[in-house]
Amino acid sequence: MLKSPASGSSTAPINQAETKAKIEASEKDFSLNAKDKYYALLFLGPSLLILGVFIFYPMFKTLYLSLFLTNTVGKPTVFVGLSNYINLLTSADYLNSLAVTMVYVLAVTALTIALGLLLASLASKKLAGIGIFRTLFSSTMGVSVSVAAIFWLFIFNPSTGFLSLVSTWLHLPMIGWLTDPMWAMVAVIITTVWMNLGFTFLILFGAIQSVPTTLYEAASIEGASSRFQFFHITIPSISPTLFFVSIVTLIDGFKSFGLIDLMTKGGPTNATNMLVYRIYKDAFYSGNFAQASAESLILTVIIALFTLLQFKVLEKRVNY
Amino acid sequence: MNVVAKPKLARNIGSYLLLTVLALVVLAPFFIGLWTSFLPTMQIAKGNFLSTDLSFQNYIDAFTQTPILHYLGNSLVISTVTMFAQLLFCSMSAYAFVFLDFKYKRSLFVLVLATMMLPFEAEIIPNFSTVKAMGLLNSYSVMIIPFLTSAFGIFMLRQSFKQMPAELKEAADIEGLGHLQFYWKIVMPYNRIPLITLGAYSFLGAWNQYLWPMLTTFSNSFRPVQNGLRQLQSEETFNDWGMIQATAAIVVIPTLIVLFVGQHYFKSGANEGAVK
Repeated sequence: MLKSPASGSSTAPINQAETKAKIEASEKDFSLNAKDKYYALLFLGPSLLILGVFIFYPMFKTLYLSLFLTNTVGKPTVFVGLSNYINLLTSADYLNSLAVTMVYVLAVTALTIALGLLLASLASKKLAGIGIFRTLFSSTMGVSVSVAAIFWLFIFNPSTGFLSLVSTWLHLPMIGWLTDPMWAMVAVIITTVWMNLGFTFLILFGAIQSVPTTLYEAASIEGASSRFQFFHITIPSISPTLFFVSIVTLIDGFKSFGLIDLMTKGGPTNATNMLVYRIYKDAFYSGNFAQASAESLILTVIIALFTLLQFKVLEKRVNY
Repeated sequence: MNVVAKPKLARNIGSYLLLTVLALVVLAPFFIGLWTSFLPTMQIAKGNFLSTDLSFQNYIDAFTQTPILHYLGNSLVISTVTMFAQLLFCSMSAYAFVFLDFKYKRSLFVLVLATMMLPFEAEIIPNFSTVKAMGLLNSYSVMIIPFLTSAFGIFMLRQSFKQMPAELKEAADIEGLGHLQFYWKIVMPYNRIPLITLGAYSFLGAWNQYLWPMLTTFSNSFRPVQNGLRQLQSEETFNDWGMIQATAAIVVIPTLIVLFVGQHYFKSGANEGAVK
């Protein structure tokens, strides 16, 4: 759930941009007291303790475990160096997981951004009662993962589901949603995009609102069509936000677990066996903690890379 | 205006039509779910989706035959405690990074930032061993303690605290306010909007937890609502679609009301933040 807050903070500093020098100067003004270090311990201690125990220590422990073989209770037995990694990266099964995760993440991000942009630009029109549509478009933000799964599991249900009913009414061929490997992936993608839409819409809508209206007025006087205005004013003006939302959606996609567990359990035939689901299965079902640790570390590297990219964007925006 | 532009009315009708169609598509899963929650499972199983045999029976069954209210209660406790803990510990840490002077301040801040790159999902194996060793399995604490603070919250509040006018601190020093007083009486009230935002996000974050509670809770006494709904589906009620949809509606309706009401406040909050 990092995604929502991250973008919240990204918009704030823009409004109150301050030069770096000024910030540093004021930081110096604030430092007066030699007793500060005791206060620092008091104020910072609890957070550092929690982050240390539940974020830092486990990362090193995961790295350590990934270099060993482990027994069934997860205790390391034999040091094997990088062979867990080599086994993973040469296993067709794991490469399949990497590939399906990539497909899922890219499809979800592209569709979420495209649809979010469509809704946001339509909702930015100055029409009477447009506020109602804004509220409705953001409504999927209030849907948690298990509720979304129930809604869509019924829609995709092969025997009594809504889509199979519609297919019967319209005499269309039945699609094996959730039972056919390809369609199961499509079903999971649709559900994820639907869940993401409310949040993405709100962020992109906010960004479009903050584009100076004078730009549009000038373009209208020049006789630019609204399509031209959208591609040559709106999109470039909100590109930092677009990029930011894309990365947040990507990272969230890599961490997907709940929907997979609720909708497909990684199946059929591993078609939706994504990285986190795999870690969970390998560790807590098969008891292969060493391999699951190596998988965890690979996931960490992927997410760390995208987070760094996100920091870069954030940094740019702070110094806007 | 463009000479070839269509008459305004026709264009507006087109926009409304498109907006309505899209709104219907976005809302369809809600409507379908809500509709089936009023149908007897018998009718759903027979494919009589348009049956008019509507009743509240599924809701009565859900309340009386499933621990759905208990699940909701668990989630409410976990999310509320997590939210207040994060507000406290994140703001305290942010305060230290902005208003205190101590050794290794910059390195420690970079270290906190670095934790944002490490996904909790990739650390479940050692974390499971840790909470097991602490004897926390199957309790509220196991779902709260690892999330008492958040690197993101610290970062976000630090950004806000840094933007406070320096005169406030100077005035506080003249008044003789210590750090504790300045933190509690000046910094916290001044930053109520970022604090409310962080509160909303940390509450939602805890509410939407799925993997961690699934690993660490085994009984309905502590199971939060996300995993509770999964539990109901995995039991024999799986094909009782009417009741399953009723439980989903019971969970989602309060959230939607809060969202719709809250959006008004969030909007004014965002504006206030912009003007400040």
